[in-house]
Amino acid sequence: MGYQTVVEDNIDILVVGAGLGGTGAAFEARYWGQDKNIVIAEKANIDRSGAVAQGLYAINCYMGTRWGENNPEDHVRYARIDLMGMVREDLLFDMARHVDSAVHQFEEWGLPLMRDPKTGAYQREGRWQIMIHGESYKPIVAEAAKKSADKIFNRICVTHLLMDESKENRVAGAVGFNVRTGNYHVFKSKSVIVAAGGASMIFKPRSVGEGAGRVWYAPWSSGSAYGLLIQAGAKMTQMENRIVLARFKDGYGPVGAYFLHLKTYTQNGLGEEYESKWFPELQKMVGKEYLDVEASHRTHRPIPTCLRNHAFINEVNAGRGPIHMVTMEAFQDPHLEEVGWENFLGMTVGQAVLWAATDVDPKNENPELTTSEPYVMGSHATGCGAWCSGPEDVSPDEYFWGYNRMTTVEGLFGAGDAVGGTPHAFSSGSFTEGRLAAKAACKYIDDGKAQGIRVSDEQIERRKAEIYKPMEHYKIYSNEVVAGTVNPSMINPRQGLDRLQKLMDEYCGGVTVSYMTNEKLLNIGMKKMRILSEDLEKLGAADIHELLRAWELKHRVLTSEAVFHHTLFRKETRWPGYYYRGDAMKLDDENWHVLTVSRRDPDTGEYTMEKAPCYHLVEEASE
Amino acid sequence: MPTFVYMTRCDGCGYCVDICPSDIMHIDPTMRRAYNIEPNMCWECYSCVKACPHDAIDVRGYADFAPLGHSVRVKRDEERGTIAWKVKFRDGREKDFLSPITTKPWGKHIPKLSDVSGPDKDMRDSQLLFNEPKYIRMDEGGLHTLESAGLKLKEGVYY
Repeated sequence: MGYQTVVEDNIDILVVGAGLGGTGAAFEARYWGQDKNIVIAEKANIDRSGAVAQGLYAINCYMGTRWGENNPEDHVRYARIDLMGMVREDLLFDMARHVDSAVHQFEEWGLPLMRDPKTGAYQREGRWQIMIHGESYKPIVAEAAKKSADKIFNRICVTHLLMDESKENRVAGAVGFNVRTGNYHVFKSKSVIVAAGGASMIFKPRSVGEGAGRVWYAPWSSGSAYGLLIQAGAKMTQMENRIVLARFKDGYGPVGAYFLHLKTYTQNGLGEEYESKWFPELQKMVGKEYLDVEASHRTHRPIPTCLRNHAFINEVNAGRGPIHMVTMEAFQDPHLEEVGWENFLGMTVGQAVLWAATDVDPKNENPELTTSEPYVMGSHATGCGAWCSGPEDVSPDEYFWGYNRMTTVEGLFGAGDAVGGTPHAFSSGSFTEGRLAAKAACKYIDDGKAQGIRVSDEQIERRKAEIYKPMEHYKIYSNEVVAGTVNPSMINPRQGLDRLQKLMDEYCGGVTVSYMTNEKLLNIGMKKMRILSEDLEKLGAADIHELLRAWELKHRVLTSEAVFHHTLFRKETRWPGYYYRGDAMKLDDENWHVLTVSRRDPDTGEYTMEKAPCYHLVEEASE
Repeated sequence: MPTFVYMTRCDGCGYCVDICPSDIMHIDPTMRRAYNIEPNMCWECYSCVKACPHDAIDVRGYADFAPLGHSVRVKRDEERGTIAWKVKFRDGREKDFLSPITTKPWGKHIPKLSDVSGPDKDMRDSQLLFNEPKYIRMDEGGLHTLESAGLKLKEGVYY
């Protein structure tokens, strides 16, 4: 193929993916590395990329220590109970103690944060959420990143990390291709911060046909955070911990502001409150430590999101659907009505379009809710991602290996969706994680850890051949048939994605099986995954755009494979409402109060699984 | 709600192609105008709609669940720092919304960190980030540590 090879050499810090995590990393890296060469490689255009491309109407992670509202440890306890105990509390504490400084800077940069007219403090939506006019959230943080970076390469799909050939298990940069020119790009770098996205569209969506892109998490979140790290042999954690969202039906409009600020509530098809009746039985499954309604009322401890999903799913399966959001009361107040609409227009315009199309005015009727297909990601209310080191002043030995947010591959850092065990970071927390990773990456270089890196031409050429293989394959085999997409020697990326979604759905706990799986199903699914991976060698791409979809699919498949291994390993039902292990329906703290850690051998593709201890914050005095 | 492009308004400038996060706005080689090449990978994020200088791009709700006859139009004004929405229902009712998108002029209030004085050794050895600890509480308070919070991390089950 006539594509050029473009080499960018002598990079100190390469940021892969510039959503909120990547922009935070690039911005902060300049402060700690004023003489360093900072480069961003972004799949789309940094002005509108990542999960926040369309805007946000709230910042969901803000302590408000300035206003005497919360301390970092309060947030750790909140995220811990929401995730049924399975979090990295060192990383959470570290993120929470820094996150307010990111938010205060956003305000200085021009992001319109709403204020409570009575107190002057930021307008709270809930205990952790503040309300913003965030249509331009992404362009604003992009400006910060642009001011810090030496070079920004937009429209580069990064496919692989480069590995050092002089020292084992050390990163040396990344490679990819330009989705416009088709050129092959090589980035040789002393350190890499992977801030790419989590995985949407790996489970079959509820929508069909044209609506298949109306997913909760962005369709361009192709699991590259995981695909890149897994291929490099980095250890991953909590990949079984997929998330299911209760959202407005079809449009997947967010419910946070509705529940917390507008004080709307849910009821079943008969107009009844339904959650509480499922809780006694559920308490027997998960134990009183995790579900104690009285204690929750007394202490404002939240009922974990997954458990509320469980009640929703069971009520619908019992035949008393649909579940409605009761908006008719709140929307009589014109101010609250405006907030309700602007909430969608600010971050999920599609929901406003749907209500306009169906003549739903929530003032006059209560809209339907649904539970979504599962997603695998690490920055919302779940914590899939890489097994990363924490900060030295917080982390116990098992969680610390030298540099904050460094994966188990030397010089390879993570932020946002890429870091495991840190749910509830959201936009501000992901930006903060990027900043933490950037400081640590500078230190890694300053400590002389990146000396003597060697990348052979052989490695660069091998990756190049691999990247363009789907186009070569297409060129050879498309002429085997007269026309069309049915070909005995080739599948296209959409066909591969459909196959992945169907098997994830049926064997790994998607919507059509009410989020249920078991050991037998998982083993069948894994066998089918292996065959799918073989067939991906016969993936055909007609043009550069399809080549982009081909590599997104490969990253999604690598992500899904890890999800299977982790789901099989954790033999319990830790998060009813996210998924169920039908052969182990109870939460089992005796055997599974641990974090799951995997590693895929980059040479053989074999997985090894291990348990890692789960540390919790306790009062010093209680010792 | 995938996007579509009005034939008579598009001049093929490519702003939408440049901004689309999903890489699905492309220029048709025959028409020399933009169109959505992959509607089932569209997130209805409106990035292209906002970027179009000719109001040539609009959105029609996803065919699998949205009936025809609606529109949600937007005008993003960088200079004024506002965004205006017009929601038109299938039955003809309309709603208008106006919100700020920034409180500051673009390009002037974000610091260039190569121009600020770099961190000293104490700062490097600390757990602080740029502008910290000041920007955490906006006062003289320090960064939280486990020690300052009277906490420790312990293995096991504790709630």
